[in-house]
Amino acid sequence: MTLPLLEAHDLQLNFGSIRALDHVSMALWPGEVLAIVGESGSGKTTLLKVLSGSESPDHGQVLYRDPELALHDVHAMAAPRLRALHRSDWGFVQQNPRDALRMGVSAGGNVGERLMAQGARHYGSIRSSALDWLREVEIDPQRIDDLPRTFSGGMLQRLQIARTLATHPRLVFMDEPTGGLDVSVQARLLDLIRSLVSRLGLAVILVTHDIAVARLLAGRILVMRRGQVVETGLTDQVLDDPQHPYTQLLVSSVLQA
Amino acid sequence: MNGYNFAYLDEPTKRMIRRAILKAVAIPGHQVPFGAREMPLPYGWGTGGIQVTAAILGADDVLKVIDQGADDTTNAVSIRRFFSRVAGVETTTRTRDASVIQTRHRIPETPLRDDQILVYQVPLPEPLAKLEPSRAETKQMHALADYGLMHVKLYEDIARFGHVTISYDYPVMVNDRYLMSPSPIPAFDTLKMNRMPALQLFGAGREKRIYAVPPYTTVRPLDFDDHPFALIRAPHACTLCGATNSYLDEVVTDDRGGRMFICSDTDYCADRRGDAASEGDAA
Ligand SMILES: [Zn+2]
Repeated sequence: MTLPLLEAHDLQLNFGSIRALDHVSMALWPGEVLAIVGESGSGKTTLLKVLSGSESPDHGQVLYRDPELALHDVHAMAAPRLRALHRSDWGFVQQNPRDALRMGVSAGGNVGERLMAQGARHYGSIRSSALDWLREVEIDPQRIDDLPRTFSGGMLQRLQIARTLATHPRLVFMDEPTGGLDVSVQARLLDLIRSLVSRLGLAVILVTHDIAVARLLAGRILVMRRGQVVETGLTDQVLDDPQHPYTQLLVSSVLQA
Repeated sequence: MNGYNFAYLDEPTKRMIRRAILKAVAIPGHQVPFGAREMPLPYGWGTGGIQVTAAILGADDVLKVIDQGADDTTNAVSIRRFFSRVAGVETTTRTRDASVIQTRHRIPETPLRDDQILVYQVPLPEPLAKLEPSRAETKQMHALADYGLMHVKLYEDIARFGHVTISYDYPVMVNDRYLMSPSPIPAFDTLKMNRMPALQLFGAGREKRIYAVPPYTTVRPLDFDDHPFALIRAPHACTLCGATNSYLDEVVTDDRGGRMFICSDTDYCADRRGDAASEGDAA
C-alpha cells in the first residue's frame, strides 16, 4: 500500500484567544488533489501555511515523506533544508502571481530561475525548457523575452504555474489560485490546472473558498470552520450529500449563486 | 606625542581586523563583518582597503598603491603618503618590488608571487545586492549557495543582448562555494584571480566587510556551459609599449577626435619601455 506523502497530526495553533487550528489532522497521498475549503477566517490559509512549513503550530506535527520514503518533521527541519525542499520537491502557487514572480525579469528568466537554482548551467537547455513550459501553460512562446508586467492577470497566473512546475515538484501548495480573476479566465485556468495535475501526477493541496473550484479539481475535500475540520471525504460524496450543517450551508449557497 | 601608533590604527583595532582577516582566509569568498573605524579619508577613498593594509603592514613591508592601474592619481598618492607618514614604510611604484599592493579597480599585469599580498578597495561587497535588496535574503542565499538569481541576471543578458554585458565587477565563484564580488575591476582582470600565488584581501569600509581569497584558490567567473566567460579587451596594441595582452585605457589626445590606447597599468607599460621613471619612488 502507498504511504502518505504528507501527514499532519493534531495541529493546534492559537492567535491570542482565537483558535486558528483546533486539533487538525490530515493526510495526503501521492498524486492526490486535496481541497481545503471554508470561509475566510475558517483557518484554511493558516493550515496551508503550517503544512508548508511557513508557520509553526503550537502543538502537533507535519511529516513529509521524501522519494526515498524517509520521513521528515517539517517544523523540526533546519531552515536551509526546508528552503531546499521548497525549491525542489515542493512548489507553491500564490493567489497573487505578483508576489511570486520577478516582475523585472523576463518570462523565460522567471521560468528558468528554479532550474538555475537547482544547478542548471546550460543556457540553451534552460531556454528550451522555458519555451516548453510556456507552451504547456498556453502562453505564446514568442513572449519568452517579455516582462511579466505586459501580461494579463490570467497569463501572470499561468506564468507562475510554469515557473513552479519547471523543476517537476511532487507536491504543490495552491492558495486560491483562481482568486481575483474574471469568471471566463478562471474557467480556462481551472481546465489547465486540472489537465496538468493529472498528466504530471502531481499531489496538490489546494485552498479555496469556492466549492465549484474544489469540485472541479479535488478528489478529496476537507471542510473547515473556526479552526476545526468539520467534514472530510471524497469531494463528490461530501458535496452531493453533506452531513455537517455547515457544509450543507456552504453547498446550498453555491447552488443559489 | 601619545596618539602615535604604527600604521595609524591602535593595536586592539588592528587585532580585531586581523581576526576578521583570518576568518576570511579560512572561509574563502565569505564576507566577514568587522568593526570598521573612522579613517582620516572619506568613504569612497578606500577606507576599507586602508584598514586592511594598516592591519597587515609591518615595518619591513614595501607598499605600492594603484588606482585604475596608475600610481600617480590623487587617490593613490594620498594613500601612499598616508602610510609612509604613519608607518614610515618604504613605498614603490614597481609591482615586483612591492610586498603589499593596495588597489582600486585593477590587478597589476605583472604576475604576483606568493610573498606578496594584494589588498582591494571594495565599495559594494555584496554581489547580489543589485538583484536582491534584502540583506537577510542575500545572507540566506550565501548560506545555501543558492545563486540561481545571479544566473538569472546572466540569462537575461544573453536573452536580450546575446552575451553577458557585465564588464566590471564580474561575479565569481570562490573555491566552488561562495559567490563573490571581485570589486570593480574590469572583467578582463577576473581570470588573474584564479589560483593566484598572492594572498588577496578585500576591504569594504562603508559596508564594514572583509573577505579573502587565499593563495592558489580557484576563482571562476560565473557563466553558462554553452556561453563561457570571454575576455573583453580593446582590439589594439598599446601606443606606448606595443603590448597586445594588457588592459588598455582609451585616451583622447586632442579636441578633434584624436585618441590612442595605452596600458592602464602604468608600471607595466613603463617597465616594458625600459623607462627609468618606473624605478623612482613617487612618495
Ligand atoms: Zn603599454
